Amino acid sequence: MTIDMIASIATFIAAQILKQPNRVIRSDESLISSGLIDSFSLMDLALFVEDTFGVRIEDTELTADTFDTLDQLAALVQSRQK
Amino acid sequence: MTTFNDLLRGHYAADPHRAAVVLQHAGQDDETLTYGGLLAAANGYAQTYAENGLQPGEVVVLILQHGRELVAAFWGAVLHGAIPSIMPFLTEKLSPERYRADLASLVSITKPVAIVTYPEFESEVRSALTEGDSVRRVIITDQVAPASPPDFSLLPGSRRSPADIVLLQHSSGTTGLQKGVALSHEAVINQLTAYSQVLNIDSASDVIVSWLPLYHDMGLIAAFLMPVLLGVPLVIQSPFDWVRAPYRLMQAVSKYKGTLSWLPNFAYNFSAQRVRPRDMDGVDLSTWRAIVNCSEPVRFESHQAFFEKFQPYGLKWESLQTSYAMAENVFAVTQSPLNGSPATEEIDRIAFIHERMIRPVTDGRPVVKMMSSGHVLSNTRVRVVDEHRRDVPERTVGEVALRSDCMLTGYYNRPDITKKAFHDGWYLTGDYGYLSNGELYVTGRKKDMIIVGGKNIYPQDLEALASEVDGVHNGRTVAFGIYDERQGTEEVVIVAEADTADPVEQQHIADAVRQHVTKNSAVALRFVHIVGPKWVLKTSSGKVARSANKEKYLEEQGINGMD
Repeated sequence: MTIDMIASIATFIAAQILKQPNRVIRSDESLISSGLIDSFSLMDLALFVEDTFGVRIEDTELTADTFDTLDQLAALVQSRQK
Repeated sequence: MTTFNDLLRGHYAADPHRAAVVLQHAGQDDETLTYGGLLAAANGYAQTYAENGLQPGEVVVLILQHGRELVAAFWGAVLHGAIPSIMPFLTEKLSPERYRADLASLVSITKPVAIVTYPEFESEVRSALTEGDSVRRVIITDQVAPASPPDFSLLPGSRRSPADIVLLQHSSGTTGLQKGVALSHEAVINQLTAYSQVLNIDSASDVIVSWLPLYHDMGLIAAFLMPVLLGVPLVIQSPFDWVRAPYRLMQAVSKYKGTLSWLPNFAYNFSAQRVRPRDMDGVDLSTWRAIVNCSEPVRFESHQAFFEKFQPYGLKWESLQTSYAMAENVFAVTQSPLNGSPATEEIDRIAFIHERMIRPVTDGRPVVKMMSSGHVLSNTRVRVVDEHRRDVPERTVGEVALRSDCMLTGYYNRPDITKKAFHDGWYLTGDYGYLSNGELYVTGRKKDMIIVGGKNIYPQDLEALASEVDGVHNGRTVAFGIYDERQGTEEVVIVAEADTADPVEQQHIADAVRQHVTKNSAVALRFVHIVGPKWVLKTSSGKVARSANKEKYLEEQGINGMD
């Protein structure tokens, strides 16, 4: 479940945000603080997660303090799905 | 003749209870500052500048985030007669080491005598300073004198002359921070007089709403100085809040009956794509009489997307306007007339790209749709010239040159580059464009500058950073922008030469380049392309030929470039 979620978010980031479909993103790789995902693309990621997993992410949560890795993002989503 | 101080004094005397600035922060209540409140807070800063020995005419750098302190520190400098310059705050993306280096380079050229920042950022600022540099004081926000009513007759700023420099404005990056545009009271007021006239500004009914950063000319002039100096209420929110929630701009327009806003082109696409209907409940945009597209190339398609998205909430098509502006002219050079829509014309794409000629479309030929940036302001004159600085005929592309009564005094402490920027009293903008029926169409740039989301980026800064990455050949890197239809702005590409042909290793190098450049420039890279030796084209003098490399890249990727 978590693995599927991480894989689907990783695929979205690689293909849609980085435009490098073959790029492998490790689940503990930092996304925001490393500059991999810029602020313009953060909202795209939030919209994808909301639409795909049916949870709401507030705009004030779109910072590295809330989630910076796929593991942390998946944990956040799962805590809201319950 | 008047100065900023005369205008502020006038507003204060007329009605200190009048709303001047509403500050919005995500998750907090809005904070309204009246002229009385704003100038009292500013007066606290003015007293503190005086106590710290700042002299009128000396530069103070403000390293503060969007909010009350920044606004008060800025106007406090004006009240004291000191010259404020706003430096972008450190973001989580940028490495502190690079930020320190940028600050040190700003200090070495601009020679500020003081820096204002927060207690928690003091050590960061101090670590960028060196023994013997110009900075005598680091002023900490929690040590600033309390707000108190200003006594204009005693404030040194009241004795400034119209020709004195009132502020410096820097663009970003290592190169930009070494080039402060110095503006006089007179220049800014001449600009505001001419610009407010074409906008039909009415301080009784207009409300300006903005999320733009104040370290950039569009935010600083159109959405900060103009409203405060002309008595138009201003609602400002932080760019960091906006980029995570673009609906905030719409909600603010609705709540405060906003009438005027300025946006870079990408923001039209961004808002159209990223605002959810659930955040637009009850929002009414019918008061919005002008939304001015400015600071990067203007696209008709971006206006269309924005209009389609927000028409259901009362947005009017006639509200979508354009302007061409630059810090060196204080701000606006042109503005589309507000009683209609910006002119558009469809031209022959191939003639435009290859011959720089503007020809009407003949059947079956590819088309490019151009949108006008409007008429030249009454105080500004524009010429379009060829490489010998001779005027070109109407509807022929050339370099845009201008002169006006609102030009920069100079690049601060940089007589060398100031001199180079002018030719016979005309400022050469480095932008390409053409005139048609008295309107200016901006078509591209002579300089290699990249504009992402309205922010100017110097490719040489990014190339130098990419060269620092292990495995990349020093000096064999090239950075350029390519236009992205969906985003409505340019995206940055870096091509870097490496020895390895192994795709896995190339990927590692690409990641390292991406991370290193972003950490040290706060610029996100869209494409990092690692290539083998001898890929990068150089000129005979050994310089990187950016446009030739861009064409080579586009050809290899099978992308049809436009500019």
